[in-house]
Amino acid sequence: MNLNFLEFERPIAELEAKIEELRYVGDDNDLNISEEIRRLKAKSVSLTEQIFSSLTSWQIAQLARHPQRPYTLDYVAAVFTEFEELHGDRAFADDPAIVGGVARLDGRPVMVIGHQKGRDTKEKIRRNFGMPRPEGYRKALRLMQMAERFRLPIFTFIDTPGAYPGVGAEERGQSEAIARNLQEMAGLRTPIVCTVVGEGGSGGALAIGVGDRVLMLSYSTYAVISPEGCASILWKSADRAQDAAEAMGITARRLKELALIDAVVDEPLGGAHRDPDAMAATLKDQLLEQLGELDALETDQLLEHRYQRLMRYGNYKA
Amino acid sequence: MPEGLWTKCPDCNAVLYRPEVERSLEVCPKCGHHMRIRARARLESFLDEASFSEIGREVKPVDVLKFRDSKKYKDRLSQAQKATGEDDALVAMRGQLHGMPVMACAFDFEFMGGSMGSVVGERFVRAAEISLEEGIPLVCFSASGGARMQEALFSLMQMAKTSAALRRMKDSGVPYVSVLTDPTMGGVSASLAMLGDVNVAEPGALIGFAGPRVIEQTVRETLPEGFQRAEFLLEHGAIDMIIDRREMRDRIARVLAMLLQSPSPDVKRLQHA
Repeated sequence: MNLNFLEFERPIAELEAKIEELRYVGDDNDLNISEEIRRLKAKSVSLTEQIFSSLTSWQIAQLARHPQRPYTLDYVAAVFTEFEELHGDRAFADDPAIVGGVARLDGRPVMVIGHQKGRDTKEKIRRNFGMPRPEGYRKALRLMQMAERFRLPIFTFIDTPGAYPGVGAEERGQSEAIARNLQEMAGLRTPIVCTVVGEGGSGGALAIGVGDRVLMLSYSTYAVISPEGCASILWKSADRAQDAAEAMGITARRLKELALIDAVVDEPLGGAHRDPDAMAATLKDQLLEQLGELDALETDQLLEHRYQRLMRYGNYKA
Repeated sequence: MPEGLWTKCPDCNAVLYRPEVERSLEVCPKCGHHMRIRARARLESFLDEASFSEIGREVKPVDVLKFRDSKKYKDRLSQAQKATGEDDALVAMRGQLHGMPVMACAFDFEFMGGSMGSVVGERFVRAAEISLEEGIPLVCFSASGGARMQEALFSLMQMAKTSAALRRMKDSGVPYVSVLTDPTMGGVSASLAMLGDVNVAEPGALIGFAGPRVIEQTVRETLPEGFQRAEFLLEHGAIDMIIDRREMRDRIARVLAMLLQSPSPDVKRLQHA
């Protein structure tokens, strides 16, 4: 089976394989065959619509981790222009699991920062599967503070399984690096728009996720712990990941209902990887719209709104 | 050994007289091992006698997600409430420390592992906002496994919420002392606990982002001796100092008095005598 399809997409994959086969044997002039292809393609679309209209949380988690899914640098290339990557935390190292730099959005200078996963094995290892070490978060903070100095709005793109759990990361203060970003982002005197484009993995995601707007692509996820991690702790079995995914409410739609995020950015039929250009165009529109709203606020007002928004998080009786 | 009157130090195995252990704030009088101490006992021993009153008690947990794993979250909550006598995992108080007005909060590890959910976040923020308003220091004793999974993303967002309140503290110059006690891990360590103007730890406390078992599974090697213990963090520059619990009151008061440009608390006591 084609590796671009997930298990629950098997019927679509089979149909697509059939279409390919017909294309291969068919003659362009054979009306019957092109008619059959047209019919099958329509069927494939409606089948996809049908399957994607009732995805489970666990299926969405798999889409969020899809190997073909666009990553931060893909969006940077498609949404922004003149991107110049800036490296290093000025203290220890450059962490390739987080990328950042200056770019233009519709001509306007901005700062972009995001987690970066690798596509092939070598790149995956170099990017540490998108799991940052403290120096990655410190680089992000350095760039955000630079954005504040030069009055550049900040766009962050979240896509990580989580902060890296390693000996060196602990020695160099993983907790402090994350905590510092949360504290500083709350008070940065420039607009911040955060978008979860893939996996929003816990503190490692939140460390570049505090801002004035939090958006999620429709098949991205955001959670306090991975479904597998949650299942192995609470159900004592990683096999219950599906139940954990459902119970935690990790999907964009659910989190919007709970008012934990501001907007859901619709993905093309079948997911962002099926049509990255369309995805990038929709995302760009959303980012411009959100920034436009934030532009209307004075800086003090912006910060007060951001603070009140953070203070509203939570559910309790009082 | 009659139940309750005698206890054993988990570190040096000495048989200890329970009332004596309580007098020494759950620190082994023989070897100095710091055992865990409940939130209320912690705050009542830290603050001046009869100087304190609780704040934020009216903030109580709700289960909006109707979360259910092998057990319902609702049931876990009421079980924890019954077992501990607390409504949730953080107790916040207004009080005095050597006559100095302060806000103080403490995590109760006995309550669902001191995990941080909406109530913990809200009570912490209320304490911080009083600190800000009145310009009085905030001291927080953390003891937590991290975020409370049963509150899912709401618990993650408490990291952002508490850190935002601490950003205002930082901007206004009101001191915040974070005391990391055994254990302080995950989302609590990666937010409010690491953001002190002064970060203090108790001897031997386990402190870190990822748990040792998770790290071992990831890196597939045995962890270095003393990894993620308070002494290890001091050596790596993550904390300012390690303070014995029995000296905590006096030494934090001394540091705070200097940050506030106040006379030394010891001097004040002599003057009063």
